[in-house]
Amino acid sequence: MSLSSFIAASANFVNSDIQTAMPILLAATGLIFNERTGVVNIGVEGVMLMGALAGVAGSFLLGNVWLGVLVAIAAGGILGLIFTFFVETARADQVVVGMAFNLLGLGLTTMLNRAMFGLNTTPPRIDSFHPVSIPFLSKLPFFGTAFFTHTYLTYLAFLVIPLVSFIVFKTNIGLVLRSVGEHPRAADTVGINVVRVRYLAGMVSCMFGAVGGAYLSLSQLNFFTENMTAGRGFIALAAVVFGKWSPAGVLGAAILFGAGSALSYQLQTLNSYISSSQLLLTLPYVLTLLGLAGFVGKAVGPAASGKPYIKE
Amino acid sequence: MNLRSVVIPLVAIILALIIGALIIKLLGMDPVLAYTNLAIGAFGNIYGISNTLTQATPLIFTGLSFALARRAGLLNIGAEGQLYIGGLCSVLTGAFIHGLPMIIHLPLALLAGFVGGGFWGWIAGWLKVKFGSNEIITTVMLNYIAIYLVSYMVSGPIIEPPGDLPQSPPVLPSAQLPYLGSGTQLHLGFVLALIMAGLYCIFMWHTRKGYEARVVGFNPDAGAYAGINRNQLIYLIMFLAGGLAGLGGSGEILGIQHRLYQNFSPGYGYDGIAVALLGLNTPIGTVLAAILFGALRSGGNLMQVVAKVPLDLVYVIEALVIIFVASEYLFRRVKLPKLNFRFRRGIERSEPL
Repeated sequence: MSLSSFIAASANFVNSDIQTAMPILLAATGLIFNERTGVVNIGVEGVMLMGALAGVAGSFLLGNVWLGVLVAIAAGGILGLIFTFFVETARADQVVVGMAFNLLGLGLTTMLNRAMFGLNTTPPRIDSFHPVSIPFLSKLPFFGTAFFTHTYLTYLAFLVIPLVSFIVFKTNIGLVLRSVGEHPRAADTVGINVVRVRYLAGMVSCMFGAVGGAYLSLSQLNFFTENMTAGRGFIALAAVVFGKWSPAGVLGAAILFGAGSALSYQLQTLNSYISSSQLLLTLPYVLTLLGLAGFVGKAVGPAASGKPYIKE
Repeated sequence: MNLRSVVIPLVAIILALIIGALIIKLLGMDPVLAYTNLAIGAFGNIYGISNTLTQATPLIFTGLSFALARRAGLLNIGAEGQLYIGGLCSVLTGAFIHGLPMIIHLPLALLAGFVGGGFWGWIAGWLKVKFGSNEIITTVMLNYIAIYLVSYMVSGPIIEPPGDLPQSPPVLPSAQLPYLGSGTQLHLGFVLALIMAGLYCIFMWHTRKGYEARVVGFNPDAGAYAGINRNQLIYLIMFLAGGLAGLGGSGEILGIQHRLYQNFSPGYGYDGIAVALLGLNTPIGTVLAAILFGALRSGGNLMQVVAKVPLDLVYVIEALVIIFVASEYLFRRVKLPKLNFRFRRGIERSEPL
């Protein structure tokens, strides 16, 4: 293999790694907000699915892909509101409501998808994102292909994720979020409305999750398929623990997971045995397990995680 | 059994069915026709009833798996993977060991499923004890690994000659679970599931280890103070929970499919979580909830054919039932203020200890 073809191959690899990682990264970034306030939403898989369908439906009905993303964001906000209502106001168990959200997401999206687009028909043509080469930058060797031939949604995510990191660690808002997750009673004492913070964080979190889903249906593919998230929500949950509840850590986890997936696809094309490719598909999950066991050590989350805040 | 643990699931089911009816109406279909056919399909005749119980069988196993771990304060989201490994181990013993009489072969194949699933659960327990890894995440990862492992096995190492289809050779008749009646798919696995529910009850409420598990699950600090070895308990509970889910896989393979296929479970492991939650992690409740879910699946097919309502409505109804059961605090405040006084003892005792 010549040097130039090696560079081209690795640039393609990084490019597909970024694409694979992005839905997970978006959902996991949202989960940071939620989990930092002490709420764990294991229903993010269902939220992503509903976001994926909402994005396609919005783009299909309104004729513009950005409006599709807005519809997904709105759907995410509503889901976050509902989720937080049940776990805070109705004091239901977070794991229970989360699992119910996953079931609900699967059932509702499958039903609505069939009601809207029918069964066994070719997917309708919708407005979706296409890769855009950034002038000059996309001509750079390696970096051009790897980083500067993506869709607008990917570029937007590149900008949003450092912003989240800044908000969580460098601003007053972040301090409020973290204090609510670590010691809600103390936060309450200094005049922070714990329940309101959790509602807002829950909504923002689900908005991210929904956009993560819409990334799948509008940027990677350009249609919705049943259960298309295929466990990415759970991977996002793992990425948050793996990344120790920090945006930079989550970025690393998502990129690692994306690399595992991208690698297993590339090895499949090299390897002619069908059977062993199945085993390669386990690579991202095995990597995550090993990572949880080895690299991270004991991952300690926000102290008040998992419990509704009950004012005396 | 107290009033609350009966009334709340019933109210939840009724509310979920009402919302389900609204959704059917919104999609422009007939809710009465849909629910009539749902009921006929589930309980209308002997075939419907046996189909309901057949569908309930794996859910009882996976439901008990989640309930057992939950009582001990562990969240086993891994029943799906444990079920796959159970099925795999049952096929390895049931299809590849020849010349054993049924009285030995069938129990051996079941035991293999139990131990295989148990080992898969134990891994998550080990990761928790050794590295503090959250079992929600490790069990989910293990699910994917198990599903792909089974796909790999049936498309390579144990593929049926000559290797045209990705499936294992058939389970020998001496390792198959016998049917309970002619013309139905209801098999001995259902009886085994009921026996397991009984054993779960005995283990959890009538043995020392079960008591320790409940203490640790209710208050880990109290458990540590009382000198309970939590790590040892995590190994045991995750092994038993995995084993129950593994038996669910064995039942499907040895009782119905008689071969191992890729993706042979349509999510029984995840549905088991819902079943256990609805059954409030009790043995009887779990069995009844599994039968309800079995009925929804069994009747859902007829509903789809006659009323044209997609089968997936069943998932929506299940999700709503779970959410409403979990939100019992709302019901307590709004619906049962007067009963609260009369049944206070019952309410206090039904806390999850």
